[in-house]
Amino acid sequence: MERDVVIVGAGVVGAAIARELARLDLRVTMLEAAPDVGAGTSKANTALLHTGFDAKPDTLEAGLVARGCELLREYAPRVGIPLEHPGALLVAWDEGQVGEFGGIVERAQANGYSAMRELDAAELYRREPNLGPGARGALEVPDEGLICPFTTPLAFATEAVLAGCELRTRTALTAAQRLPGGGFGLETGNGALTTRMLVNAAGLYSDEIDRLVGHCNFSVTPRRGELIVFDKLARPLVDHIVLAVPTKVSKGVLVSPTVFGNVMVGPTAVDIERKDDTSSTEEGLAYLRKETGRILPALLDHEVTAVYVGLRAATEHGDFQIAFADGYACVAGIRSTGLSASMAIAEHVRDGLGLGELEPRRGLAQPRMPNLGERFPRPFAQGELVEKDPDYGRIVCFCERVTRGEIRDALAGPIPPTDLDGLRRRTRAHMGRCQGFFCGARLDAMLAQAAGDG
Amino acid sequence: MADRPVAIVGGGPAGLAAAVELRRRGVGDVVVIEREAEPGGIPRHARHQGFGLRDLRRPLSGPAYARRHADLARGAGVDLLTETMATGWARKGEGAPGALELTSPGGRSTLAAAAVVLATGCRERPRSARLVPGSRPAGVMTTGMLQQLVYLEGRPAGRRAVIVGAEHVSFSAVLTLAHGGARALGLTTELARHQTLAAFRLGARARYGVPLWTRTRLSEIRGRARVEEVELTELNSGRRRRLPCDTVIFSADWIPDHELAVSAGVELDEQTRGPAVDPGLHSSRPGVFAAGNVLHGAEQADVAALSGRHVAASVVRYLSSGDWPARRVPLICEPPLGWVAPNVLTAVGSAPARGHFALRAHEHLRVPRVRAIQDGRVLASARLPRLMPGRSARLSADWTARVDAESGPVALRLA
Repeated sequence: MERDVVIVGAGVVGAAIARELARLDLRVTMLEAAPDVGAGTSKANTALLHTGFDAKPDTLEAGLVARGCELLREYAPRVGIPLEHPGALLVAWDEGQVGEFGGIVERAQANGYSAMRELDAAELYRREPNLGPGARGALEVPDEGLICPFTTPLAFATEAVLAGCELRTRTALTAAQRLPGGGFGLETGNGALTTRMLVNAAGLYSDEIDRLVGHCNFSVTPRRGELIVFDKLARPLVDHIVLAVPTKVSKGVLVSPTVFGNVMVGPTAVDIERKDDTSSTEEGLAYLRKETGRILPALLDHEVTAVYVGLRAATEHGDFQIAFADGYACVAGIRSTGLSASMAIAEHVRDGLGLGELEPRRGLAQPRMPNLGERFPRPFAQGELVEKDPDYGRIVCFCERVTRGEIRDALAGPIPPTDLDGLRRRTRAHMGRCQGFFCGARLDAMLAQAAGDG
Repeated sequence: MADRPVAIVGGGPAGLAAAVELRRRGVGDVVVIEREAEPGGIPRHARHQGFGLRDLRRPLSGPAYARRHADLARGAGVDLLTETMATGWARKGEGAPGALELTSPGGRSTLAAAAVVLATGCRERPRSARLVPGSRPAGVMTTGMLQQLVYLEGRPAGRRAVIVGAEHVSFSAVLTLAHGGARALGLTTELARHQTLAAFRLGARARYGVPLWTRTRLSEIRGRARVEEVELTELNSGRRRRLPCDTVIFSADWIPDHELAVSAGVELDEQTRGPAVDPGLHSSRPGVFAAGNVLHGAEQADVAALSGRHVAASVVRYLSSGDWPARRVPLICEPPLGWVAPNVLTAVGSAPARGHFALRAHEHLRVPRVRAIQDGRVLASARLPRLMPGRSARLSADWTARVDAESGPVALRLA
């Protein structure tokens, strides 16, 4: 066998698993069909670190979200993943929704979460004075957090690579078969390899990978979620994550600050056919604007900085679909809580593959990710850093204040970006209100030079 | 206490012209803070001709015009800091503008000036702000990025492009695309007509045969890695059609780059979205002035430069007297009038730059009559040759002495 473990998919879940397993004494390879880590569903989500208060009790998802939240809260500050805890307010807009508070609190308690508190309308408006009219009250969920959805999978993948994990991007798995005597023979777009164990963390494509391996336990229906990101000048309008009372269909539209200092509204939830159709729609954007006008009307006076679309990998089953069979782990149906649950899913997969007894190797390097969040000073604002290296004083992206030094570091990093979108996720360059009016051409030239064709 | 008498934020035409005029009027120490490596602002990468007629009295290309302004500033002894960005304000106090926080390769510093002139210009609204749905492929950009890509970086700009917008800058994009080896397939505007000088439009169309699709919206962008096609919707019929292309240029639709103004706590005008200023270009905050295209959507560079030149007199007066206009009467537009600048009237009584207000409308209006009305009293009534979006008309300022400073807002209304 060439490898001990091959992980298919380098989203936040695959990368978390790669990190967990690469720290053991194992030869690990992570395959990713896209050109970069975290470039699918992981890059376009609500970027919340959920406590799991609203999960269906006694499900695998409930347990893994709660545990994952705990693990990520400890891990994030250690490696420099931006994380904030503004807390959430679950707002009721009519008496019927107020009536559901009791059930929501009970469900949270069943999930082991008991820090919720009910606020009346007066206190709600004192805490969030810009909310639209008509709110009747809220449940406060003080531990709901914001996390950087870009840094998280990159941190996992970077730690995995530093620990010796091989990362093959632009490499899709095209065939897999069990070998006589154990293990798997794999065909990829870039050659064949053999492995003792195989982990399917292919997100939207996990059902197709599952079939390649000879199983057929579920099918994935992409659920489109459109998100609107508003200008940073709108950030003072809202202090908490403003959640909706969930319905049977969806958790509803939320309004939330981001770790970058913007305000985000979304997601929509529409089941679609194609797994690569990350298009925003006229109807979706109109619906989000209507919801914005209802929830936080003053936001509509602000400019829209970006529109994102993520496809959640929903299955016909209500819970995560994680199964183990003779060296094969299928990790699927991680709909919208993959970011929160990722580290716990990794532990669960480690144990499910019978690797729980292995000790992590000693002396492994821990990555230190560049700080993309607003909570701590960014390089441009650190005088000492600029004095040591003037490139941290050369601001290239004016809107997001990203310096030449940070772009240089990203291009020379252990997992360098391959395109503008990858550079954006590593540095925030091009993420701001001008969307490249000022820096787009310079970034294009810098990327071309790094790729050797400038 | 102020470290220096005057700091100008932005080294484009407005900021540089303001600096030169301040030196000419005897201010001993004038610093311009420019975040780009080269001063000159947007003309640096607008390579077409036609710059400088109104301020330098000669026709120049954009880059030559930018260099000329930078040379004039250096020659006048202006302290021109490049690669230096004002990222915010420290020590925001009552009365004084506070200190600017600066980042440059030399380090992080603060600069407290007795007077600050915001000359931070404007930018085009990108695709996201215009809420154009579809996928997010590469090949979608503003004219500003296109110009820099082609003229400053020598990078390819695609092959077949659709231009959203039909203002002056939109037609300039036809030329820029041609220079970069791309063909403009057409320009779209939701309005019934283009919004530019006929001569320039005809020049671009005659040379490149580019169609103008009026009453048309670019309603969706499709493509995976790179743009593959767009969907155009004819607004009158509702008919939709597909157009294969690999590049989409979002042109015009300018918005002031007003972040520093907002963080200074100055009032914005809701219609221009720039700082609300009086004819002397005083903002609502003592010591903070604003000039050029941060005040409104883009005027041509020479008009911005004249605005910069104009602000110098007010700055000098403020430095010697310390007086700041207290009573501010808003000047507002009623639809279909769009915006007016300056947009506050004060008792200081200075005339606006070039003796008139700049006025825009949301639609094309031929020989409109515009009235200025305060509390039902008609202060002025003027017939203008035309009004349109994208280009300003001049509204004489000869009536402002009739404004009652103790009374309500002045409305500009179509008669």
